[in-house]
Amino acid sequence: MSSREKILSAIKTNQPDYQELNVQFKFESVYENLYEKFAEMLSFVGGKAMEVNSYEEIKADVRLHYHDVTNIATTIDELSELADFSLNIADPHDLETLNLAIIEGDFAVAENAAIWVSEKQLPHRALPMITQYLAIVIHKSAIITNMHRAYERVKVNETGFGTFISGPSKTADIEQSLVIGAHGARGLMVYVMN
Amino acid sequence: MNNIKQDHASASTEFNKDEAHVDWHDETLWFVRSKRDKAVFQIPEWEQLREAGSQIKNHVLSNMHDYLVEFEKKATENGIKIHWAADGQEHNEIVYSIIKNEGVNRMVKSKSMLTEECHLNEFLKEKGVEVIDSDLGERIVQMRQEPPSHIVLPAIHLKRAEVGETFHQHLGTEKGATDPQYLTEAARQHLRDTFLSRKVALTGVNFAIAETGGFVVCTNEGNADMGVHLADVHIASMGFEKIIPKVEHLGVFLRLLARSATGQPITTFSSHFHKPRAGQKMHIIIVDNGRTKQLGRPDFRNSLKCIRCAACFNTCPVYRRSGGHSYHTAIAGPIGSILAPNLDMARNADLPFASTLCGSCSNVCPVKIDIHEQLYKWRQVLVQEGHVSSVKSLGIKSMSTILSSPSFYRTAGKLGRFLMKNSPFMTNNNLNVWYQHRDMPDVPKESFREWFIREKGGK
Repeated sequence: MSSREKILSAIKTNQPDYQELNVQFKFESVYENLYEKFAEMLSFVGGKAMEVNSYEEIKADVRLHYHDVTNIATTIDELSELADFSLNIADPHDLETLNLAIIEGDFAVAENAAIWVSEKQLPHRALPMITQYLAIVIHKSAIITNMHRAYERVKVNETGFGTFISGPSKTADIEQSLVIGAHGARGLMVYVMN
Repeated sequence: MNNIKQDHASASTEFNKDEAHVDWHDETLWFVRSKRDKAVFQIPEWEQLREAGSQIKNHVLSNMHDYLVEFEKKATENGIKIHWAADGQEHNEIVYSIIKNEGVNRMVKSKSMLTEECHLNEFLKEKGVEVIDSDLGERIVQMRQEPPSHIVLPAIHLKRAEVGETFHQHLGTEKGATDPQYLTEAARQHLRDTFLSRKVALTGVNFAIAETGGFVVCTNEGNADMGVHLADVHIASMGFEKIIPKVEHLGVFLRLLARSATGQPITTFSSHFHKPRAGQKMHIIIVDNGRTKQLGRPDFRNSLKCIRCAACFNTCPVYRRSGGHSYHTAIAGPIGSILAPNLDMARNADLPFASTLCGSCSNVCPVKIDIHEQLYKWRQVLVQEGHVSSVKSLGIKSMSTILSSPSFYRTAGKLGRFLMKNSPFMTNNNLNVWYQHRDMPDVPKESFREWFIREKGGK
């Protein structure tokens, strides 16, 4: 008997009697202002939110804050003039020298500042982690309350990969001291388009 | 199974020799517990969420067979290769065969407690395969050739100076450097080279979704993603209990997990994998290693609901003051103490006694596992099966004789009071394990029964 058959038959014998699932497992979260809650939580997890009215404002802010930065890539057509690094590559290892990636987020969750990005937004799965700094553009109308609503909104298997990103990468593995910039991006800026 | 070097009590005695360090360990973990409370209090429906998490997991346990079959079917349709491993040895051999098949001898691995449980690193080392753990805490303990002491904070037993010394030896950082920012940066550079050069990457699995045949991996550092997105092969190892029925149930578990673990509202990355990327191969190894047996123990099966948040560690007064290594098992703390005896009763018989049974673990558990009740039940099983020391079982047996006979109880009480008063050396000596850490109480003049008869005339 293969391990598969052995394990499955032992499970069948040993699992308890069937128990229906009829518990409430979705809840409402009420926030006065979704953007403010999102911005507050993003700041709590080490990122920064900024309201903008146009792509011009984003360009100006990027030029201000990353003025001496090269190797910038973006997936957003309206921001293409900021980019000096092409994402039209075959091997994700070529992203190694990327300093700033500016990508679109599908939607954001106010309760935890998580932003959903999937292969619909990402030409390479490694992009939001391998870049030194990450900026995400979301629409204000795409901020929802909580994770229950998030899973109603997204079809997680529509693409092969998708992830919720909440803040820059971080670790507290040395004496519980928080350090921003573990293996993924060292900073996360979120532009929220009105 | 290897014999243990020291049981929990003796290892804790060692750990407690450095009082300042124990105090620091205790306070640091309590700080994490406090962060958990702060996060939890912001969610008015927290108790309902715990109930939902608990019920979903109960339901899964009762329908495990069908969910696993559904998961296997869907994952296979997604282009993922499913393997089944009856035990740790078989799991390790499957991993090795995949690595060998790629013609490489190096692998990068993000956090997977299952691979600790299976002793994968040691196995692969013997086969000539180098494994690098990419979670910062795990990399630190790996360099020191120590096991993780905590499932979420693997290096929580170490002070920054110790980490600095380890990095000085292995990564060439400056001698005496202790700044976490500087040390983390050194590890980032070192591991970035690793991520960029490994063709095989292994991750754990936080949740596997039966409905869609995909799985979720949660990290703060981004190390799981960095490893697999740059590798040709992604291996994901999971105990079969990681299964959940539907995508919508993730809403419950992702809200519970990080808040319970570290007080964060969610981990930085919650990555959902459904298909390998173009040109990549993806494998999932579904492991039993004693889990079917635990599923068949009605008193202990719900330990399989665990989502590995470690809230029970951080709140446990015994864990905080004894350190993870004193548990001599891959998963320490209260939950580890109810999982380990299932794997090897003789080797882990001391662990269910490493608890005050205060119940704090059960109160913080996000999926409502009755941890302290199971610890208590394991004690009974272990005594019945003859796995506790003769001193302990003799003590329990004599208490049972004394407590089952009222006249014997009264005589023994009198004798005890007489001896403690007139010959204190009879109890205040090192043969009395209770006396080793405590003063014996003052002896009362009379028993409660004597007082009651005198005061109330026996009515």
